[in-house]
Amino acid sequence: MTLEAKVRRRLGSLDLDVDLEVAAGETVAILGPNGAGKTTLLRCLAGLEPVDAGRIALDGVAWDDPGAGVFVVPEQRSVGFGFQDYVLFPHLTARENVAFGLRSRGATRGGARRRADEWLARVGLADVAGAKPAALSGGQAQRVALARALATDPKVLLLDEPLAALDAATRGEVRRDLRNHLGEFPGVRLLVTHDPIDAATLADRLVIIEAGRIVQTGSLAEITVRPRSRYVAELVGVNLLVGVARDREIELEGGGALVAPSAATGAVFAVVRPQAVALHRERPAGSPRNVWPGRVAGVELLGDRVRVRVDGPPALVAEVTPAALHELGLVEGAAVWISVKATEVDVFAD
Amino acid sequence: MPWLVGLLGLLGFALVVLPLIGLLREASWSNLWSDLGTPQAWAAIKLSLVCSLWATALALVLGVPLAWVFARVEFPGRSFVWALTVLPMVLPPVVAGVALLDAFGRRSFVGARLYDWFHVQLTFSTAGVVLAETFVAMPFLVITVEAAFRALDRRYEDAAVTLGASRWTVFRRVILPMAGPGIAAGAVLAWARALGEFGATITFAGNIQGRTQTTPLAVYLLLESRPEVATALSVLLLGVSVTVLALLRRRWLARA
Repeated sequence: MTLEAKVRRRLGSLDLDVDLEVAAGETVAILGPNGAGKTTLLRCLAGLEPVDAGRIALDGVAWDDPGAGVFVVPEQRSVGFGFQDYVLFPHLTARENVAFGLRSRGATRGGARRRADEWLARVGLADVAGAKPAALSGGQAQRVALARALATDPKVLLLDEPLAALDAATRGEVRRDLRNHLGEFPGVRLLVTHDPIDAATLADRLVIIEAGRIVQTGSLAEITVRPRSRYVAELVGVNLLVGVARDREIELEGGGALVAPSAATGAVFAVVRPQAVALHRERPAGSPRNVWPGRVAGVELLGDRVRVRVDGPPALVAEVTPAALHELGLVEGAAVWISVKATEVDVFAD
Repeated sequence: MPWLVGLLGLLGFALVVLPLIGLLREASWSNLWSDLGTPQAWAAIKLSLVCSLWATALALVLGVPLAWVFARVEFPGRSFVWALTVLPMVLPPVVAGVALLDAFGRRSFVGARLYDWFHVQLTFSTAGVVLAETFVAMPFLVITVEAAFRALDRRYEDAAVTLGASRWTVFRRVILPMAGPGIAAGAVLAWARALGEFGATITFAGNIQGRTQTTPLAVYLLLESRPEVATALSVLLLGVSVTVLALLRRRWLARA
């Protein structure tokens, strides 16, 4: 199963022109700044907005093809849509919200109710089935919205900023659950986010759009190493390291360790911005807690900055000025010392 | 100057309150129930209830779709059609009555056909009272419900259609319940207006006891012959108005 989309859509100052192909079993994250056209793209895929030109098709069957005069209305597309702030029906209970799609698609009252209860149990909310959305916490509302979108067994799941409305405390937990549910969903999975951590942890492939155009696609690792623009570098060009924390020490997957500014336990992500990575010819003396030797694996010029890939372990990308590049004699294969201040390590619980 | 503002404000308040005090002072409270129970008063009360509830039902059935069209459908001349629809709110009721006569009277262009084809005569009939009341009351419902529809977040409809709901299901299960408080408020408002209708009713439907003589008409007629009954009916209508205001207080007074 494959979703093919060529979306051309003009809306106010937005001029969206995106070609995208997503296969079943793959999770694609669309990243971009506000107004880049991310939400509009999802709305076009769901049929909430028509495309001006282009074609949207699932397994070769057109959903929207203005050239051929085809437009399948949203209620006829097999899409589960997660809205940014969930848009749960306020007059219905959590159970009725989840049952809504099943009822609309012809399930009996009892059948829909049973299926809704099953879904609520799957997202761990069996005990709030009778509660109205106003009584739910942000994390609970997110789960109800996810259950509602999945309950109709759609072929395509579209999630618009699924975690943006959550506070930092619940975000990690909800993100982990969401990843599990995404993993169990067999269809096409597409999510919009502006958070590279969400994108990297939930998606197999990142698609970055800026002003209505795709500027880069790839895994976070690929993009971190070689961001195509200053903007992409700032948005997603971060070092994301996976490890297990014990107190302030994080044992990294693939070797090496980092000291974090605060204590944590269990699986974590550590994020280090390339600008925070310092390179030295000699082992630096003084305050940095994280110091290790490495070798330059590649040098990339990006505007007025240089991105230097260094092998570790851990391997990182550092961003330095062209002057520093020259001064340090950073060529491929050169031996360097890498340092990162503990305060520059951001830790996210997985 | 603040004392002048305060004084004028106080006078304005007195202007509204003094007649109400007068009405309550005039009422013979011990005989209130027996006065309301006189055959003419009781007939008027029953007729008022029946006619105003029918008018409210008609206004709901016709006005809610109309409000929906105004809230969501763009068409040429929309503001002109809207203005015509709400015109009865500002039209002198007696003019409404004359206009209804000119359209639905026995010899008028619609009324004559109604009589010829269906033997229906609206003038001097209870149905005529309902028609007159609907005519003046429906605009109140339409503008209230239209505002409620406009206030709805469109994304709830988006969510419903992505869940597979047909347009009718969306309307029935999402829009109507979410606009429910607004529709209820519009209905109460329209009912209150219908209940107090006088000018259009007496002009179009006449003043026939038991058939077209609603409570306001009875008050007017009884003021000469049985002023105590007229006062009792007035107190009743005042009580209904106060109740309506209490019902709608969340909608309006909360904003004050």
